[in-house]
Amino acid sequence: MTSATASRRRRRVSLQPFAAVAVTILLLGIPFAVVLLTASKNQAEALNPNLSLPTHWQLLQNFSTVLNEGRMVPAFFGSLLIMVPSVILVLVLGAMASWILARRKSRVVAFLYALGISGIVLPPAVVTIVLLLRQLGLAGTAIGMISVYTGMYLSTVIFFVTGFIRTIPPELEEAARMDGASPVGVFVRIILPLLSPTLATATILICLYIWNDVFYALFVIGGRLDTLPLNLYQVASSGLYLQNWHLIFAYIILMSLPLLITFVVLQRKIISGITSGAVK
Amino acid sequence: MSILEITKPVPESAKRADHRTAGKRGGRNRDHPYWFLIPALVVLFVFFFLPTLYNFIYAFTDWSSFKSAINFVGLSNFSELLTNGSLLEDLRITLEYAIMVAFFQNLFGLLLALLLERDTRINRFARAAFFVPVVMSALAVGYIFQAMLKPEGVINGILGFLTGQHVTIAWLGSTTWTIVVVAVIHAWKWMGLSMLIYLAGLKTINEDLVEASRIDGANRWRTFWSIRWPLLAPAITFNVATALLGSMNGFDIVQATTAGGPGGTTELLNIFIFRTFGQGLFAQATTMSLMLFLMVAILAFPVIRFLRKREEVL
Repeated sequence: MTSATASRRRRRVSLQPFAAVAVTILLLGIPFAVVLLTASKNQAEALNPNLSLPTHWQLLQNFSTVLNEGRMVPAFFGSLLIMVPSVILVLVLGAMASWILARRKSRVVAFLYALGISGIVLPPAVVTIVLLLRQLGLAGTAIGMISVYTGMYLSTVIFFVTGFIRTIPPELEEAARMDGASPVGVFVRIILPLLSPTLATATILICLYIWNDVFYALFVIGGRLDTLPLNLYQVASSGLYLQNWHLIFAYIILMSLPLLITFVVLQRKIISGITSGAVK
Repeated sequence: MSILEITKPVPESAKRADHRTAGKRGGRNRDHPYWFLIPALVVLFVFFFLPTLYNFIYAFTDWSSFKSAINFVGLSNFSELLTNGSLLEDLRITLEYAIMVAFFQNLFGLLLALLLERDTRINRFARAAFFVPVVMSALAVGYIFQAMLKPEGVINGILGFLTGQHVTIAWLGSTTWTIVVVAVIHAWKWMGLSMLIYLAGLKTINEDLVEASRIDGANRWRTFWSIRWPLLAPAITFNVATALLGSMNGFDIVQATTAGGPGGTTELLNIFIFRTFGQGLFAQATTMSLMLFLMVAILAFPVIRFLRKREEVL
């Protein structure tokens, strides 16, 4: 009996690699092959994206067309200009607030914490944000967009970081305080360094959201300032590139590369960071 | 990781004692000053809560791009959206879309997690590969599928090759089925994330339990449903809640594939908001934005509570 079960199990296990490869090719290989092959074709061949090989490979040529004729380079810097300050602000403000929310215990603090994390669930009021920014004189500006992203993603940071600070023993802070450190000193020298793994996870998540966001950007800075997704949206929906799938797909490849490379390099950290918070 | 391990041995009683002494001293307040909260609260209030409050005001006005004055008009935005049918229709579509996305994303994610559970080299590669769509822009994913799902596109080409017939299904042109197709695309983009969460959940299950049920004579199917599935509850909670919330707020994939069509059958609330905003009908867009807010606020908390309760039953 044991040998029968063992052999059955062995046979089943030996099928698994083939199933894994087949599923991966079917679900991922086909779409990615279409993108790569179409981005390597000329306009006529790319008219109907399919799995046939290009008669003449011109991937790099299409890349340079997209880079030179489109506004991809300014859009790339637009994306950076908005993402970097947003991430720094949301992390610094979020970490400061989380420290107090984690350490002090009162009804007011519990209420503020609930308010602080409610943004994880509640959708931002995207139309009236535009009105508010106009009243503040920030409509269509990078500062307006950065403020909106900061407000939107503070909840995520507060949620992650407050939970983490609660696991740090208060004794560590006490020791620094004995040596005469001020609250700012304790926060900067004790808390912030301990937070770095959590802040790294939050950074990755928020970069992912902001780098790929087009919805909020369309309302706040659409037509005034370019980011990569905004530019892709204009390019794909305007007459300029209409049905020029080789250029659209070349754009998509170039645009995805920064995050893809980051992901490949930091794979293990990203995966463990994202999963650690979810399953408790 | 190491930090977490250090914190574990701190006994609960010691922590409590520390709190008590600290409370007596009253030193805690000076050690954790409230002003650390102020910058975050100011940004949250001005750029998150104030616009939400505005929603409750400007939904009752005639704010538009056609005139400079803004007047109160009572419930006329609501009654107009109710009579032309778009209010209930878009709410229904958004809800259906969210439920379908949550279903497909969890189904695909769980199947992938079970398929790729063992720690082999191929599986590790496949897991990383399935995370690539998660990292990509949703708009880009939408355009890729728009190209592949054309009547003369790749998907029909493959189906034609397999069946030996000329297949010309209009995947994105059906007033009944296109919403399902778009929900599947949404699920395709995010299934890698659900897979990761399920993999982490499967890892927390004690191997002895599974082994014990095998020894008791349960087959794989039985073992899965009676041992592993109930123990996956926390992962399911997280995955279902995030998928529901994320897709109720959906925009990019639908805009890139159908832009709300055909015949408005895939018009999510956010698609309506974007379209009416572009037409200068700001008050109507605000009214829909308020409806989205209310729908999420009303649904989110019961859904999360319900899923949490399922965990407690165990």
